[in-house]
Amino acid sequence: MKKNIPLAIVFILGIGFIIQFFIPSRPSQSIFNTMVEWDLILYVFASIIAVDSLIRHHVIKISRKTKGWGYSTVYLGAVVFMVLAAVFSGTREDSFYMKVFYYTLAPMQSTMFAILAFYMASASYRAFRAKSLEATLLLISAFIVMIGLIPQGAAIWSGFPKLSEWLMQVPNMAAKRGITFGIGLGATATSLKIILGIERNWMGGH
Amino acid sequence: MGKLKMVFLACLLLPVLALGLEPPTDLILKDAPNDDGSTVIVKWKLSASENEPSFAGYNIERSEFPADSFKMIAWVPKGTEVHEDNSIEVMGQSYYYRIAAVTESGDSALSAIAGPIATTQSWFNTGKLNTLFGTVLFISITILYIFWARRGNLFIRRIAGLDAVEEAVGRATEMGKPILYCNGIGLIDYISTVASLNILAQVTKKIAQYDTPITVPTADPVVHAVAREMVKEGYNSAGRPDLFKEDGVYFITSDQMGYAAALAGIMSRATPATNFFMGYYAAESLVLAESGAATGAIQIAGTDQISQLPFFITACDYTLIGEELYAASAYLSKEPLLVGSLKGQDACKLLIVFFVLFGTIWAVLFHSDFIYKLFSVN
Repeated sequence: MKKNIPLAIVFILGIGFIIQFFIPSRPSQSIFNTMVEWDLILYVFASIIAVDSLIRHHVIKISRKTKGWGYSTVYLGAVVFMVLAAVFSGTREDSFYMKVFYYTLAPMQSTMFAILAFYMASASYRAFRAKSLEATLLLISAFIVMIGLIPQGAAIWSGFPKLSEWLMQVPNMAAKRGITFGIGLGATATSLKIILGIERNWMGGH
Repeated sequence: MGKLKMVFLACLLLPVLALGLEPPTDLILKDAPNDDGSTVIVKWKLSASENEPSFAGYNIERSEFPADSFKMIAWVPKGTEVHEDNSIEVMGQSYYYRIAAVTESGDSALSAIAGPIATTQSWFNTGKLNTLFGTVLFISITILYIFWARRGNLFIRRIAGLDAVEEAVGRATEMGKPILYCNGIGLIDYISTVASLNILAQVTKKIAQYDTPITVPTADPVVHAVAREMVKEGYNSAGRPDLFKEDGVYFITSDQMGYAAALAGIMSRATPATNFFMGYYAAESLVLAESGAATGAIQIAGTDQISQLPFFITACDYTLIGEELYAASAYLSKEPLLVGSLKGQDACKLLIVFFVLFGTIWAVLFHSDFIYKLFSVN
């Protein structure tokens, strides 16, 4: 029962939604929208379990005094602080909670995003070292693409923007499309394996 | 006094100019095919006044009555000849349309009224007939290969990234350090997340044999619930349920950069011996991969996000490119049924290559986009 009921649900719903994809009528759309709403209900219950796991994880770290337990106290303190801020000040645009969000959390998120630029520089340094023929070709291509995208490139030689465009639209696009075909088929095959019950790892490998 | 005269003359001329505004003609209404009965396609011939500098566009008006109660439902700029009105709520109800050519100063010229038209819903989208045919063909080929796979071993080419899984688990075991497994920021309905969870199940079975600790921080509550059950079942199926640690699989945050920051922190503090990055990734991919590379961990990544692949290839030791992520489960388990589906995928790819070549030759020889149209979905 533990094995067959989930498999039956997945099979019926999987086949049902393949059929639904080809039916544009209103009852068909209505069924689809209802299922999407059910998904939200599932999400709410999963969120409760998720938050419980998060708090449990940090409480265990603090109680066992494992390495970096101090960070867990800061984290839990921040969670409690934000919850209290939301409860007492509300979540309106001018509330204290939103001020904390705009002046603390949002800048931290932006900082993390900005760090990406530095990582790009270090990754580019590694990627563009001409260690082999392929790496050298990559280096030359990257140089042409980059110089073709900046105004100085066209000033040096008017052909750089065109060459850069050609590299992006022809060899690069051909490779991208090849990968996209594979991804499309792979995703469809994985879905099919799950619907037909061939792939059962999602049930813990029964 | 002179200015006042000019204003007076302009006021006299304005109605004359407005009289010259030509309305659009030949208004045609059509019930949109392959829809849920909510769309009417409105077509017209452009107004003869389109080239006037003050010409602005067209107001599309609709009424349930043939002669009055018209209400404006949309505005479209000049040069537009078709509008899809997808705001029909009552199927079977008759509607009338008219189009008003309008100038920037607000003058308008109305077309003749067209109608009535009532919409109907379709029970099969004929525009997706090729998709249906392709799906049936794909399913048939895959099932055929699954049957062949049951009879004997089918060859699968070597995938270095998946061969390295064993080595990566072994390295972590020898070093006595944990393995970090990231499912990405995708939701459970992303197929790459499902593929990632399938790989997690295989990795868990391996680590359960060696008693290597695993940390699975997740970015989605539903993914967290599934991942926890999979890790638990992985230990159970390996006969070591006692090794499963509840706090090893935990939710972090759904916020993209928050997740990246937390993972970077885990990597720098716990210094895992092996990092797996499997699933759906966006801009945070390089932050994760570079943070992991800085700690000296062996890193295996896999994603179907083409824009993130270069970052993983650069910063990780092994990268599963696109479809290899989906092939991983079959490759690691070597189960005939899964291998069969993988071979079916390859056969379909061969079919696509054939159509690409055939379509290119056809287009060059006959200057026809017949093959292109064959694969277009409406």
